[in-house]
Amino acid sequence: MGGRRASLPLVSRLCTSVKPRNNWVQKRSFITAKDLVVEEQPSGEEEKRAVTNKLNLFSAVNQALLTVLESDPKSYVFGEDVGFGGVFRCTTGLRDRFGKHRVFNTPLCEQAILGFGIGLASMGNRAIAEIQFADYIFPALDQIVNEAAKYRYRSGNLFNCGGLTVRAPYGAVGHGGHYHSQSPEAFFCHVPGIKVVIPRSPAQAKGLLLASIRDPNPVVFFEPKMLYRMAVEEVPVDDYTLPLSSAEVMRKGSDITLVGWGAQLTLMEQACDEASKEGISCELIDLRTLIPWDKELVEASVNKTGRLLVSHEAPLTGGFGAEIAASITESCFLRLEAPVSRVCGLDTPFPLVFEPFYMPTKNKILDAIKASVKF
Amino acid sequence: MKLPGATTTWARLISRRLLHRPSQSQLQSQAHRSSSSSFTSSGVLSQRRCCSGSSSGEDSDGNQDEFHDFPGAKAGFTSKLKYVPETPAEAVPCFRILDEYGRLIKDSHMPEIDKALVLKIYQNMVTLQSMDSLFFEAQRQGRFSFYLTSFGEEAITIASAAALSDDDMVYAQYREPGVLMWRGFTLNEFANQCFSNDLDYGKGRQMPIHYGSAKLNYATVSSPIATQLPHAVGAAYAFKMDQKPLCSATYFGDGATSEGDFHGAMNFAAVLEAPVLFICRNNGYAISTPAHEQFKGDGVVCKGQAYGVRSFRVDGNDALAVYATVKAARKMAVEESRPILIEALTYRVGHHSTSDDSGKYRKGDEMHHWKTMRDPVVRLRRWLEGEGWWDSDADQQLRAETRNEVIAAMQRAGPRMKQPLANLFTDVYDTIPSHLRQQEKELRSTVARHRQDYPFDVPL
Repeated sequence: MGGRRASLPLVSRLCTSVKPRNNWVQKRSFITAKDLVVEEQPSGEEEKRAVTNKLNLFSAVNQALLTVLESDPKSYVFGEDVGFGGVFRCTTGLRDRFGKHRVFNTPLCEQAILGFGIGLASMGNRAIAEIQFADYIFPALDQIVNEAAKYRYRSGNLFNCGGLTVRAPYGAVGHGGHYHSQSPEAFFCHVPGIKVVIPRSPAQAKGLLLASIRDPNPVVFFEPKMLYRMAVEEVPVDDYTLPLSSAEVMRKGSDITLVGWGAQLTLMEQACDEASKEGISCELIDLRTLIPWDKELVEASVNKTGRLLVSHEAPLTGGFGAEIAASITESCFLRLEAPVSRVCGLDTPFPLVFEPFYMPTKNKILDAIKASVKF
Repeated sequence: MKLPGATTTWARLISRRLLHRPSQSQLQSQAHRSSSSSFTSSGVLSQRRCCSGSSSGEDSDGNQDEFHDFPGAKAGFTSKLKYVPETPAEAVPCFRILDEYGRLIKDSHMPEIDKALVLKIYQNMVTLQSMDSLFFEAQRQGRFSFYLTSFGEEAITIASAAALSDDDMVYAQYREPGVLMWRGFTLNEFANQCFSNDLDYGKGRQMPIHYGSAKLNYATVSSPIATQLPHAVGAAYAFKMDQKPLCSATYFGDGATSEGDFHGAMNFAAVLEAPVLFICRNNGYAISTPAHEQFKGDGVVCKGQAYGVRSFRVDGNDALAVYATVKAARKMAVEESRPILIEALTYRVGHHSTSDDSGKYRKGDEMHHWKTMRDPVVRLRRWLEGEGWWDSDADQQLRAETRNEVIAAMQRAGPRMKQPLANLFTDVYDTIPSHLRQQEKELRSTVARHRQDYPFDVPL
């Protein structure tokens, strides 16, 4: 992992910002976390849900997978190198615990991983497929777009593959170049029939992943690999889900609304801190689910602040920020006091040595906040 | 990236049964000191214990029984530079029971099959022919938008379906309505789908011939080629894990074997030991592209071995041979939990679809020959007649009856209303999300203002 963000103090601050609007502890049952490298910090005797472990993001993902494998015998975890624990360690210990028939390596063929998962899910199983990097998901695009997304619709609901969840690490890491850095979420946001979910932190990852796996629709779940080890926070040991298609206000503000998802929120939160020093009050929203997205929440916020900034690592043109900008312009036109601002990756392939130039950095966001407020 | 070649040093070329395996560092230092020949006399070899069972044969370098544990493959060595030929010296023979004239071939592997079953197979084949003829005409008359016949391939789908369990999950390409028909999908149900009427299980969302039935374990057809193959592997894996004595069967054409999904599915099925039947209808053409422009090698059957998949080649125009093959293959798949590839050689007598004119790329003589001389329905009828189980009176009666039934089914299905507009928005997700509710609201408002722009047979 690159050190560029590693020095940011914000990750630990995320721990305290995980206060969802809804009661996120929807189901309680004690989960052992003995397979995880965690520091146990029981915090409070009064409620079971208060029992948390300090986990990084990959361990939170691991705990979610463990929870599902333990609670549902018809669940399967598979993908390239999943058996030994995965190249990002997300499946560590699972094969030993649940056996090689429920947690297994597959041959190196993304389209078959997806196709196999669709077939498995269509028989009433929870098929949790891993694509090793989001950059390598494209051979599976046909299976996702033409098969998974339309499986229920085209059969008139005779069949569905709602038990399918595709996990894939995405995003910049400081040294990934073209093929270990991309953020392809917008491709999938153009596909009716699937959901796209991206968590920003370990506790979010566990709750959203459990919700995605249990959702009766196929979900593409992108994990910010930059945060796998870097983001550490208290994660409830219980079995809990966070709602899909429900965005979350991470911090309240009155001058401008910022919308983002995944790893980008760490930079956006930093920009908010800097802006506040200059007297600008930012409202920061984590979209969490990109399709179907929580338009109502964003709309309500923009109607309050009168300004909107969207930021993502993916290229500007045709990025999901464009959809948000268009929608909000349409619905909040008379309330807007400045054009909707997009701070995104450049319309180039994701570069190597130029990554710091390509990225929608904190100061690019800060500049855009100021420009919007001064417009 | 996995580069087994890069991590495999000569020092690792030691027998699996080496009792006292030297440390990796010792071996590597020896390897660096010596060429491969001096390496063999450096003492390491003296510690080797040969592994028997290798098929190194006459070409091996003197240690015929020895193989080496490359991580990628177990193989003996040879000092001769040889290549593996691109095709075997002889093409894999095609299994058949009946000759061109419907006569039983002497000493052939006749399956256990009773009169009632063969008659049912034959009657289904005739019904399928009737449905294809009349539906094709109906499309030509503009009664629905598209159709695709099974002419020439009736034996493959119906005889194979007869050899499967009705609980086996089927993943079809699109030229396999015979499987559904065998399982009890009615002419009304076929017609409802083609007319996209209010009784179409697919709710009017897909083109004609995209049938599906949960009750009959037949996954709804999708148009993309070969995408259903890995689904069949996933379903088969589920059967295996649920310890059900079932398999999945997936059908596809010769063109599909060029798709990545074919490769992926065969490889996954082999590695994951999934009970799947891959049934290829090699009919010689993928729309207009002839098989020799589709692949090299000995057709499709030869591909199985490359994946470690047991394979059969059968005459797809011989219903009895297809039945015998699929029966045997299914038993192997279910009892041994393994995939099986079946290449059924046949000929697509009809056009690819109603959007195709195959006279532009095939010779009339060729089509005529297959239609008149090699028809699978005629071949089975001749055998039935030879057995004294069928005659021309019965045949005429059956054809007249099925014709009337098909016409009646179309008369019932055609005039019905289409699916209601609400079904445009359901089933995208398990429930309708808010943005789709909003779009439905806006659409209904538009339709109310411009009713003349929209079809009147779609109820609002």
